[in-house]
Amino acid sequence: MSGTSNETARRIAMLRDMARIRAFEREAVAAMRSGEAPGVVHPSIGQEGVAVGVCANLRRADRITSTHRGHGHAIAKGADARAMMLELHGRAGGSCGGKGGSMHIADFAVGMLGANGVVGAGIPIACGAAQAIRLTKEDAIVACFFGDGAVNRGPFLEGMNWAALYRLPVLFVCEDNGFAAFTRNSAVTAGGGPAVRAEACGVPATVVDGEDVLAVDAVAADLIGRIRAGAGPQFLHAKCYRWEGHTGTDAAAYRPAEEAQAARGRDAIRRLAAVLEAEGVAGAEIIGIEAQAAAEMASHRAAALAAPWPDPGAAYTDVQDAGAPA
Amino acid sequence: MTRMTFAEAARRALAAEMRRDPLVWALGEDLVQGGIFGQYRGLADEFGTERIVSTPISESTIMGAGLGAALCGTRPVIEMRIADFTLCAMDELVSQIAKVRYMFGGQGRASLVVRMPQGMWRNSAAQHSQCLEAWLTHIPGLVVAAPGTPADAAGLLVAAIRSDDPVVLMEPKNLWTAEGDVPDDVAPIPFGVARHAASGDALTVVTWSATVPVVEQAARESGVACDVFDLRSLWPWDEAAVIASARRTGRLLVVHEAVTVSGFGAEVVARVVEGVGPGGLRGVERLGAPRAPVPFSPALEDAMRISPARVAAAMKRVATT
Repeated sequence: MSGTSNETARRIAMLRDMARIRAFEREAVAAMRSGEAPGVVHPSIGQEGVAVGVCANLRRADRITSTHRGHGHAIAKGADARAMMLELHGRAGGSCGGKGGSMHIADFAVGMLGANGVVGAGIPIACGAAQAIRLTKEDAIVACFFGDGAVNRGPFLEGMNWAALYRLPVLFVCEDNGFAAFTRNSAVTAGGGPAVRAEACGVPATVVDGEDVLAVDAVAADLIGRIRAGAGPQFLHAKCYRWEGHTGTDAAAYRPAEEAQAARGRDAIRRLAAVLEAEGVAGAEIIGIEAQAAAEMASHRAAALAAPWPDPGAAYTDVQDAGAPA
Repeated sequence: MTRMTFAEAARRALAAEMRRDPLVWALGEDLVQGGIFGQYRGLADEFGTERIVSTPISESTIMGAGLGAALCGTRPVIEMRIADFTLCAMDELVSQIAKVRYMFGGQGRASLVVRMPQGMWRNSAAQHSQCLEAWLTHIPGLVVAAPGTPADAAGLLVAAIRSDDPVVLMEPKNLWTAEGDVPDDVAPIPFGVARHAASGDALTVVTWSATVPVVEQAARESGVACDVFDLRSLWPWDEAAVIASARRTGRLLVVHEAVTVSGFGAEVVARVVEGVGPGGLRGVERLGAPRAPVPFSPALEDAMRISPARVAAAMKRVATT
């Protein structure tokens, strides 16, 4: 470890988190492609700067809601990555005991209230979480992640109005990777975009380069500071790019290869690494951080493959107390 | 015991629960103004507008915010105004609330109540009169309750609020002003325990919600010795009591306001047949609505309405087959 300032140490931690997310996603995609992880994963490679830049400003007591592309949010909030990898593989010991999978990862111990398989569904949930926090006088806020596709759903409009109306402590994070599944979102979205829509409901909006984690961190720090001070909801429109397809096996043939290649040139991890090197952090230390992240996630994947399947009886537990399955 | 309306019984029960537990709160349209049936009257004065929350007409967020609030440790009472409006919040109810506990491996519970007054009421026509209980009994994760008396309106609401499960409470709009005796100290009514409304050996009759007083009147007037069960909750429901009765009487009539086709009566009949065996019933009938929307005109609505006379006729038919 180089002798560093607190600020540099904090940036190194952000680099580590981004590297861990990317390594997790690479293992998840490989596991999906090989069939070792059943079902579907929606990788967030290229979007790590948004998750990490926001969550670097959250405390453990703060809550987040997430999306189908939610591995990065969970890891950035401090979720147990090993349990997540087991969950992706449907194994006992997974975050949800193998009953949720990639799209339903939750880790309530760190305030991660759940990924969601329905676009925009986390928005009302985040509003209610913030209302409960206020009612119980908890010192916490809610960060609500959703994609650009969500701005065309009704709950987006409802939630913006609702949060502004009750001045709720929510940071809405529109993680705009440009694509709503296979469709370029600009091709199906009229008007001035997410920030304009949020402001129309009275939620102040800020646009940020989501591929610059330090920019996201700075803006998130400001917005979250306002929310904690009682200013009500804030909206962060973070522009980024989804390097992979919609899922781990989608080749994304609907977009030019050069566009995806260009996004790799704006890589949030490499950009932060360059800043750190300019600040005097040794290249070897950065390589070490990335290697350690890769080793950690490879080890989790190996652990997942070795983990037992859930007891079949677990298929019938945690349904409900009254009238539970016979 | 005090005689009061269905709405007043429900109002007092919620007030008592809110006094007992500061984590209980309610959200929905026009609640500060008392709710459209007066079932929240005066509660904002006592509990303030942070616990009796009037919301925008935003059904998805009324429902979804209730879930988020439950996941953060409070016990929300979600008011949908009428059951038909729940259709604007079905994702939040069916794919979120009903499933979070399961999907997250038990990490979170949706301990909340969804109140959705349902059924015919004062010629409200096709979009404000539906009985959709069968949709919701089909959804794993949900408890579904449907009170038919003021006492049960109170007791089931108390049970719903204290339940750790998400509970859908389908209150019959047509009975808000019906009167009945209500205990001064309301105890929770356990889900899955029917109210044995009348005893008889000739015919087992099963009903719930708005048709409860209709069936009770018909049982008195029909001259048939009916064994009447007001199910009170539809999931779970009191299969054991109904099957035992049907085994004894050998005849079964199910009465509900909802459309008969794929209605919950079909489930009741199927389970009773499984319970008593294929030859165990000499007579069986379901009496519900035709597969048509509810019309507006009183002349048309009354034609579709389940009346005591229609129920009594069905009782006689089934008892004598």
